[in-house]
Amino acid sequence: MSAITMRALTKVYPNGVRALDALDLEITDGEFFALLGPSGCGKTTLLRTIAGLELASGGSVHIGDRAVTQLPPGKRDVAMVFQDYALFPHMTVRENIAYPLRIKKVDRRARGEKAAETADELGLSALLDRRPGQLSGGQQQRVALARAMACHPQVFLLDEPLSNLDARLRLEARTFLKRLQRELGVTTVFVTHDQAEALALADRIAVMEGGRIRQVGTPTEVFRRPANTFVAGFIGSTPMNLVDAEVRDGRLVVAGAPLPVPDDTPVTDGEKLVYGVRPEYLDYTAEAAPDALHGQVVVVENLGSFSLVSLDLTGDGDAATIQVVVPEGREPQPGDSGWVMPRPGRSLLYRDGELVSPAAAPAVPAARAAAAAEQ
Amino acid sequence: MSTATSTAPAPRRDAPAAEASGIAVRHVLARIGRYVFLCAVLGFFALPLLWLATAPFDDTPTITASLPQFTLDNFRALLDNPYALSSLLNSVYLAAGTAALVVTFAALAAYALSRVRVPGRDALLYGLLLLSSIVTGTATMVPLFELAFRLNLIDSRLGVILILSGGLLPAAIFILKDFMDGTPTSYEESARVFGASPLQIVRHIVVPLVRPGLATVGVWAVANVWGNFLVPFLLLRGPEKAPAAVIMYTLYTEGGQADLRLLSTFSLLYSLPVALMFVFVSSRYGFRFHGGIKR
Repeated sequence: MSAITMRALTKVYPNGVRALDALDLEITDGEFFALLGPSGCGKTTLLRTIAGLELASGGSVHIGDRAVTQLPPGKRDVAMVFQDYALFPHMTVRENIAYPLRIKKVDRRARGEKAAETADELGLSALLDRRPGQLSGGQQQRVALARAMACHPQVFLLDEPLSNLDARLRLEARTFLKRLQRELGVTTVFVTHDQAEALALADRIAVMEGGRIRQVGTPTEVFRRPANTFVAGFIGSTPMNLVDAEVRDGRLVVAGAPLPVPDDTPVTDGEKLVYGVRPEYLDYTAEAAPDALHGQVVVVENLGSFSLVSLDLTGDGDAATIQVVVPEGREPQPGDSGWVMPRPGRSLLYRDGELVSPAAAPAVPAARAAAAAEQ
Repeated sequence: MSTATSTAPAPRRDAPAAEASGIAVRHVLARIGRYVFLCAVLGFFALPLLWLATAPFDDTPTITASLPQFTLDNFRALLDNPYALSSLLNSVYLAAGTAALVVTFAALAAYALSRVRVPGRDALLYGLLLLSSIVTGTATMVPLFELAFRLNLIDSRLGVILILSGGLLPAAIFILKDFMDGTPTSYEESARVFGASPLQIVRHIVVPLVRPGLATVGVWAVANVWGNFLVPFLLLRGPEKAPAAVIMYTLYTEGGQADLRLLSTFSLLYSLPVALMFVFVSSRYGFRFHGGIKR
């Protein structure tokens, strides 16, 4: 169990692709940490560099107080669960779980006992003599986890741990993984492209884009106060509304409608900003209201307990679409005219893609510390 | 057809029925024609095998297959030949030695070529494949003989094994590299993270995964050596080291005629081990893959 520290970590592939770009990151001891980003953002490369499967082109990796940058994977005391689980097909479940111990020259009996013990913890006792091909996806994943646990590593690395499971099993495995990590208390880093998975599982999330980290924070921080428009658009099952806005006479003009400048953000008259607000933090009403955006309903998407309503804002010239979450039973019809009111304290302003709204101190005290750490 | 006729309106019942029977007749005729053709082809290929089955047990075999005057004298006569049985053993030595060398080195080379990015790798492989057909071919027999002579490998089984291995290796590497390319690298990476050394990875993971490929290459190497005449004929001097393919060439009567009684009997003994090996390997190692990677 130890922290992982990366300093100016860079990875350039022989074909010139810069997968990691001078990246600094600290993962604390015992943390469940998510690397989140779209495909090709370098998150898997970062995980493989921590594992030692890729050698860094520059910078350093420390696990605990050991410098492991140049160590081969076997000497780093990490265990990795691959996306395809990589269970050896010619070995039984018992042999698979015992394999790390076989490499460490533990004698046959001791490793058999250890394998049975680990399998028992994960509810795999009945499957010890089966081969991986005879197991379901969820069972295969638990065998892969058991194999990683058997060698008591300091760090677990999980590459897309849930992506190979079907939707129902995924929810089950998510709860299982989180409980297991809490019980073991081992520093765990996992890679995912699914923001819901990252929000649900992780203690902290690093959102990556193009080999750089765009924001590090707890799920709450990343969800409530995305540090830039990239993170704002990436996090959330319904992406944040990002609309062009302009400051006029101390008011924020969004698609022709003047709104109050949120949270005393320091702005100058005439400057152009991006106004961001989540669909969940908007209220739809059919009657005209002050400090509201006016538009026409174009699409209503039923999402079960709520509907996602898209409105074309009828402003002066600049067309913009905004999405709002409406609770069930109050959905408008396409073609209806309606007003959308942002809830106080939930709107954000972005200047040149970076967040400028000051942290609302009482609401999310940790955010300021994170923002300070970012700089 | 019954549904078609029953649903058709009454006055027109005859027309579709006649049409249907016409189709059925044509179908049967086509099938008969196909089987006749297949029988002819099968007979063409089966006749030599039929000769191999009957001639060894015939008192007076000819070059045609005929109902034998049953006898086992031919086998007794063959046992009297001092070199017949030992030559089969020689063939086994040569085949086993070559197969072991080819499988070992081809597996290591194919693994390396499959996993390491070497510039010009494919050109290298195709070049080797092209040259390999020359190495054990007739064209290079003189330089090969010269080479074996300088290295003191004339009349040595090792010399024959080395030259045959050299000829078979490129194709074996080519086949095995394809097998290696087909196995996901995450197995090996997983083992690497657990601290396995490259040799351990090959022993524990790669070899079991590509076992069908190794078996294929082994069988193919054995069959090649078993049937090779030229290399052992030129490099081995005395009949006491000669393999079966060379000894068969010496089975003449005093009159200089091919001794069909010995030849047919020896042919049968000569072909049985290879046939048995095919059956054994395909039942033992067959082409199967266990799975375990979630696709």
